[in-house]
Order: sequence, then structure tokens, then C-alpha cells
Amino acid sequence: MAQQTGDIKYLTPINVDTKKKKYCRFKKAGIKYIDYKDANFLLKFVNEQGKILPRRLTGTSTKYQKKVAQAIKRARHLSLMPYVADLLK
Amino acid sequence: MANQYETVFIMTPVLSDDQMKETVAKYQKLLNDKGAEIVLENNWGLRKLAYPIQKKSTGFYYLIEFKADGDIIKDIELAFKRDERIIRFLTVKLDKHAVAYNEKKRRKAQEEQQPQEA
Repeated sequence: MAQQTGDIKYLTPINVDTKKKKYCRFKKAGIKYIDYKDANFLLKFVNEQGKILPRRLTGTSTKYQKKVAQAIKRARHLSLMPYVADLLK
Repeated sequence: MANQYETVFIMTPVLSDDQMKETVAKYQKLLNDKGAEIVLENNWGLRKLAYPIQKKSTGFYYLIEFKADGDIIKDIELAFKRDERIIRFLTVKLDKHAVAYNEKKRRKAQEEQQPQEA
């Protein structure tokens, strides 16, 4: 019997680690320029301490990650975004 | 060839309305004297700063977009540095994507304005 062997058998295979493919949102949407004045948009690329999120989390391509970082740094200089914060979100 | 630049500067909130306008007029005049062509001006008004600058928590933001030769930038930035009314400034050279983005934004703003007037 199946119970004695200890194997659990499923009728449909369960997806344990179906990873959702990450993509670069700038490439996908055709955005060429990242505006440093739009602090609300840049908020998507920082964590709640105001730190810039790595590419590995956001999926942004190298080319645009550089631009995102530059834009965030400019926004910080103009006090549109904080350098340090807690509970930003 | 002239480049396109964009300057944002923050003025102290202690200024009165007239003083603020005077400060802005000073830089408009400076830019015109240096042969720059002002493309766009935008007064963001009094905004809250994300962190205090010179113990101030608010400031008047003002944006000027202009076409000019690169060698006048250092004169303008020097004037900003010497001016006590300016607490922060940033000048950025706009690449072709940025120019396109700004033009698109401007056109959109215009379209939004027109139906209201009509």
C-alpha cells in the first residue's frame, strides 16, 4: 500500500519553485530617461531605509540600474529623497 | 554647439515672495547676459525637504532649463555658491533622451491646459 511506503503521491505535480522570470521594466516599457525629479517613482528602487535596491531584487538591467542609481543620488542631493530613513514605506 | 542644461535650485524659506522673485530674476538675467536661451521655467513653490539643510526644513524650489555653451556653467554655479539665499543647487546636462522626455512632458502639460481654457 502507498501509505506504508511513505511516499505521498499527488495527482497533479505541485510547483515548488516556479521562479517568476524577472525583467527589466525600463527595457520592457521603452523608457530611455529616468527623471531624478520624480521621487515617487524612484521610491520603487529603494528599501525602507532609503538604500538603493540591488539588481538581483529589482531585475533592472545593468544599463538602467546605473541610471536609476544616478537619478536617486541626484534626488537625494536636492532633498527630494532622504539619504537615511526608516519606515520610508 | 550649444548643450541643453537643467538647473534646480532651492532658496531659503525665510525669503518673502518679492525677495524670491528678485532672486529668480537675478539668475534669469545672469543666464540671458551670458547668452543662454531659456527653454523652460518652473516654479515648484515651497516644498518640504526630505532632510534639513542649514537647519531649514522647507525651501522654494525653482527649475530652469536652458540652452547654452558649457563654459558658462561654472560662472552660474559660482554665483549660486556665493549667494546666501540659495541653499542647494544642481545643474545637469541633458542628453538626447532627457530632452525628448522633457519635451514630451511639456507637450502633455500644454494639452492638459488647453481644454481648460477652451
